[in-house]
Amino acid sequence: MAIFLTEQSKVVVQGMTGSEGTKHTTRMLASGTQVVGGVNPRKAGTSVTFPSPSGEVDVPVFGSVADAMAQTGADVSVIFVPPAYTKAAVVEAIEAGMPLVVIITEGVPVKDTAEFFALAQEKGVRLVGPNCPGLISPGKSNVGIIPADITGPGRIGLVSKSGTLTYQMMYELRDLGFSSAVGIGGDPIIGTTHIDALAAFQDDPDTDLIVMIGEIGGDAEERAAAFIRDNVTKPVVGYVAGFTAPEGKTMGHAGAIVSGSAGTAQAKQEALEAAGVHVGKTPSETAALARKLLQA
Amino acid sequence: MDLFEYQARDMFERHGVPVLGGVVATTPDEARAAAERLLPEGGGVVVVKAQVKTGGRGKAGGVKLARSADEAAEKAGEILGMDIKGHTVHRVMVAEGARIAEEYYFSLLLDRAERRYLAMASVEGGMEIEQLAVERPEALARVAVDPRTGIDAAKAEEIVTAAGFGPEVKDEVAAVLQKLWVVYREEDASLVEVNPLVLTEDGQVVALDGKVTLDANADFRQAGHAELEDAAAADPLEARAKEKDLNYVKLDGEVGVIGNGAGLVMSTLDVVAYAGEAHGGVRPANFLDIGGGASAEVMAAGLDIILTDPQVKSVFVNVFGGITACDAVANGIVAALRMLGDEASKPLVVRLDGNNVLEGRRILAEAAHPLVTLAETMDGGADAAARLAHEAA
Repeated sequence: MAIFLTEQSKVVVQGMTGSEGTKHTTRMLASGTQVVGGVNPRKAGTSVTFPSPSGEVDVPVFGSVADAMAQTGADVSVIFVPPAYTKAAVVEAIEAGMPLVVIITEGVPVKDTAEFFALAQEKGVRLVGPNCPGLISPGKSNVGIIPADITGPGRIGLVSKSGTLTYQMMYELRDLGFSSAVGIGGDPIIGTTHIDALAAFQDDPDTDLIVMIGEIGGDAEERAAAFIRDNVTKPVVGYVAGFTAPEGKTMGHAGAIVSGSAGTAQAKQEALEAAGVHVGKTPSETAALARKLLQA
Repeated sequence: MDLFEYQARDMFERHGVPVLGGVVATTPDEARAAAERLLPEGGGVVVVKAQVKTGGRGKAGGVKLARSADEAAEKAGEILGMDIKGHTVHRVMVAEGARIAEEYYFSLLLDRAERRYLAMASVEGGMEIEQLAVERPEALARVAVDPRTGIDAAKAEEIVTAAGFGPEVKDEVAAVLQKLWVVYREEDASLVEVNPLVLTEDGQVVALDGKVTLDANADFRQAGHAELEDAAAADPLEARAKEKDLNYVKLDGEVGVIGNGAGLVMSTLDVVAYAGEAHGGVRPANFLDIGGGASAEVMAAGLDIILTDPQVKSVFVNVFGGITACDAVANGIVAALRMLGDEASKPLVVRLDGNNVLEGRRILAEAAHPLVTLAETMDGGADAAARLAHEAA
């Protein structure tokens, strides 16, 4: 087991024929992901040849997500299209009934996200992102841009708003490995939340410990803390970035802005600790806490 | 981006939201001319209002009445240049006066937790809304808004009913809320707030003071938004970084920081600040995220900006090569130092990990630039950079 993504997952890539899509499709195939198709109405019926561990592989291009699903049984879509076209791509995947849609694109207007999230909720579709690195179940499947070679399978579950901080934490704990790592993205509105991932890790028999990475802005970490207190029995280790961030300044992620007293790293740390989460001051200290708990 | 009140007023007017006449002025003479246009025949008042992106300007003396054009110029002279909570007043808005019968509150914003929009309305406007929300939460109606349908007639009716607007103003307020929704939708706003929304003595519902936050991600389809930017307010280094598409925030410290990815850079700032505790209390000097690419040009542009900051005494480059290969980053650093030549005058601590790290470290070791030190870990790099900054201070 793992969460959201297993070795059976069949993935279509919306935007596969673009430069980012091509680059990351190559990487996903190289890490063993079953990429079964791409979508591009102007190139329907053609195929793209990629290198893969078992020699070259031809990935067919379909005219629509619905076609790709009907012909391949795909159950995951990953989106690499530019911001102006992202909403149309996500809506197409939702309307086609795709169960899991992972949106890598950065810079999607929040109005578009709010609209496609409402639709996804109505249709029971899980979204991850936007503005996220995707998710990986090491050794099984990898959807998005998380490097597959940092670490292998193990029994830690990881959920994080930040991409490179996800990589850093996987690297710190590379000898132990991960069941799944989910990058949920740093935008003000995101599909899958810390809470969704925590719930899934709690139910996953292959996850023994959960690492949760947060950052300043909003109150997602505080809400996650309340959820952990009431619902999570597995040990949780937390890290919050942004203790030195000044008030009122956006730090890269659209969500990472401190306004007033709410949303500070300090407030988040206190909420998490009150819920029994072991919080590290730095990534290395957080990794040390996880290591100690897992090996106890 | 947050708008000034006068910008919000103009935006409201364009979308049919009822507002009072208002003209922005940057000098007393401009304020006089504005007042001449706005003062009614036979006497009346105008209000001269400081334009700053912070609350509490009334208490700070940033809002004054004037009964003539000369008085408006005089009041503008008093307000311009004033400091309100760290914001210097560079402009005032001269606005028509109004006889206010009642004050209300309305806002529409993102509800991050529920991932939709939230409308808030109260018949008790005028006071600090945060205070009202805490002291009398029952007086602030909160109504969920579906992003796809927004505030249509039925939703507007639901909001005014929940807030307890009386039958004599209900319909008129509901009509204004629908117009405010048009502003929110058409302008890609993430906040539209009106405080106060007023009922005038002659029975008009008017948006007296507005606050609008626009979503920068929508700039590609909002051609008019670029000119609303307050270029004068930006720190000069931040303005230069923006020109080069770098994600840079100036802070008040001595250790320059460059990294890839917003979360990792925020984390690096924290680790540098902790390390600084052992080295004379040095602090991070900036946030700079060079993103996934980290080409030589981007690295050079980033280093250039950081090295121009006279406060910076050392620089910590912290890169985790995910998609980016560390050899490309190392080549970028070497090329950047060559491009900068003598301008590169401060010690650089570089920590690389991840994709192709050995090749990256080899390139830096081989280049053997006298200013560059390699660090094995993020903690070790932060410590070395903090020590170097302290020694140079």
